[in-house]
Amino acid sequence: MRLKKTVDYFSKYKDFFILMVERDIKLKYRRSFLGYVWSILSPLLSMVVLTVVFSSMFERNIENFPVYLVIGNIMFSYIRESSTLAMNSILKNASLLKKVRVPKYIFTLSTVTSTFITFIFSVGALLIVMIATNTRFTFYFPLIVVPVLELYVFSVGLGLLVAQATVFFRDIKNIWNVVTLAWMYLTPIFYPIEAVPKFLQTWIPRLNPMYSYITQTRMIVVQGALPPMSMVLQGAIMAVVMLIIGASLFKHNSKSFILYI
Amino acid sequence: MNSEYAIDVQNATVRFNMASEKTDNLKEYFVRLIQGKLTFEEFLALKDITLQVKPGEAWGIIGDNGAGKSTLLKLVCGVVAPYKGTAKLNGTVAPMIELSAGMDLNLTARENIYLNGTIMGFSKKFIAEKFDEIVEFAELGKFLDIPIKNYSSGMRARLGFAVATIVQPEILIVDEILAVGDVAFQKKCKERMHEMLKGGTTLLLVSHTIRDITALCTKAMWLKNGCVEKVGEVYDVVNSYLESKGAPLIERPKKSS
Repeated sequence: MRLKKTVDYFSKYKDFFILMVERDIKLKYRRSFLGYVWSILSPLLSMVVLTVVFSSMFERNIENFPVYLVIGNIMFSYIRESSTLAMNSILKNASLLKKVRVPKYIFTLSTVTSTFITFIFSVGALLIVMIATNTRFTFYFPLIVVPVLELYVFSVGLGLLVAQATVFFRDIKNIWNVVTLAWMYLTPIFYPIEAVPKFLQTWIPRLNPMYSYITQTRMIVVQGALPPMSMVLQGAIMAVVMLIIGASLFKHNSKSFILYI
Repeated sequence: MNSEYAIDVQNATVRFNMASEKTDNLKEYFVRLIQGKLTFEEFLALKDITLQVKPGEAWGIIGDNGAGKSTLLKLVCGVVAPYKGTAKLNGTVAPMIELSAGMDLNLTARENIYLNGTIMGFSKKFIAEKFDEIVEFAELGKFLDIPIKNYSSGMRARLGFAVATIVQPEILIVDEILAVGDVAFQKKCKERMHEMLKGGTTLLLVSHTIRDITALCTKAMWLKNGCVEKVGEVYDVVNSYLESKGAPLIERPKKSS
């Protein structure tokens, strides 16, 4: 019953949600000459830089290094960008929240979703690299929607978590830069997992959800193989748990937002 | 359902924690935690307020700055939750607390009309149907497709008022908005509010312009430091307020006019 109420409430604000997503995307590209092309160009450029820098170090151990790199790069950039933007989503709309009664999570959800849509554009970069490196497209390729969806659910949960926390503690923004930096180095984006110390090799796959999503995608795209079921399930569970934690904390604390914004 | 009142606020107290307003970062939080200074500094913005408005009535809220007028409106709109007591609404609400709230300065008027309308829970389709009417009322003409950061505050207010009153709401909550805009537009707004009142809308109006209160409202509430100082028929309340300020009183209009 409660779920139905939530869904009804959301459907009333469905159009508002869509407009907010559109607004974010529009404003992001309105003033740039290359517009949407940037979403593809920027991961491509950073891939070229990283390939030049790291190829001599890791290329022999990694099959199809450019594709390996671009997958890790766009997925991790997405989680970093969506969580950082989500963090400000409540504070940025403070003037509105003080005046109109509207479901507060819509601001966070629309921020994460618009970032997700730009992430989808940047998959174009992956396609270009695949073509340029002569990577074979297999029938498995469409299956990347599975890790991508897991990533989206996870990012919504994480976004809600950091958005509500930042209302109470503004300096989380500064801390978050450090956290994402550490997180990035603990995710095999430009190095193979075998390159880190033994204990990290056991703990990263267990605890780092980004490892799961990136590895699943790489298996599908580079190896043209199905990721192991246990990894898919583990990724899904981590995403759902994050969503539950984020949503319940957000719901619980959103009542006192008004006193802090 | 208790539908006798359109707005039913009973013994409501709104509390703010002033100490926590100061602690808005982790560093400060831990420093205070160690010092044992994480205390609760209570501030009651409203104390034990009861306001019951029947459907179709028009109420004015008056009082000095900081008396709690805007907090009361926020409480009624559901933006602020009461610490004690209850606040209920029966009917659709059009809150006009700050007209440019909900507008994105980087978007054009056209985009803002949709954004602002959907915030109030209208569908995109519905706004599309009413679009021309809104534009006409707001008198934006050729400025429709430029970002509203280039607008004057009066133009933004016109736009906000036009969007907020697309449909006749059952309850209209207005905070000090008639202060912006030129004379012609103020007149237009008042006419529209009069029309709505005739159509049975319940009105809650906050204003420092006492003339507006007496022109539109039949009842009034005077707030002082978060408490009700006086409540009742509009001229009684308004005149005791003016008397306390040593200002000239407002004469009751003759019945015949």
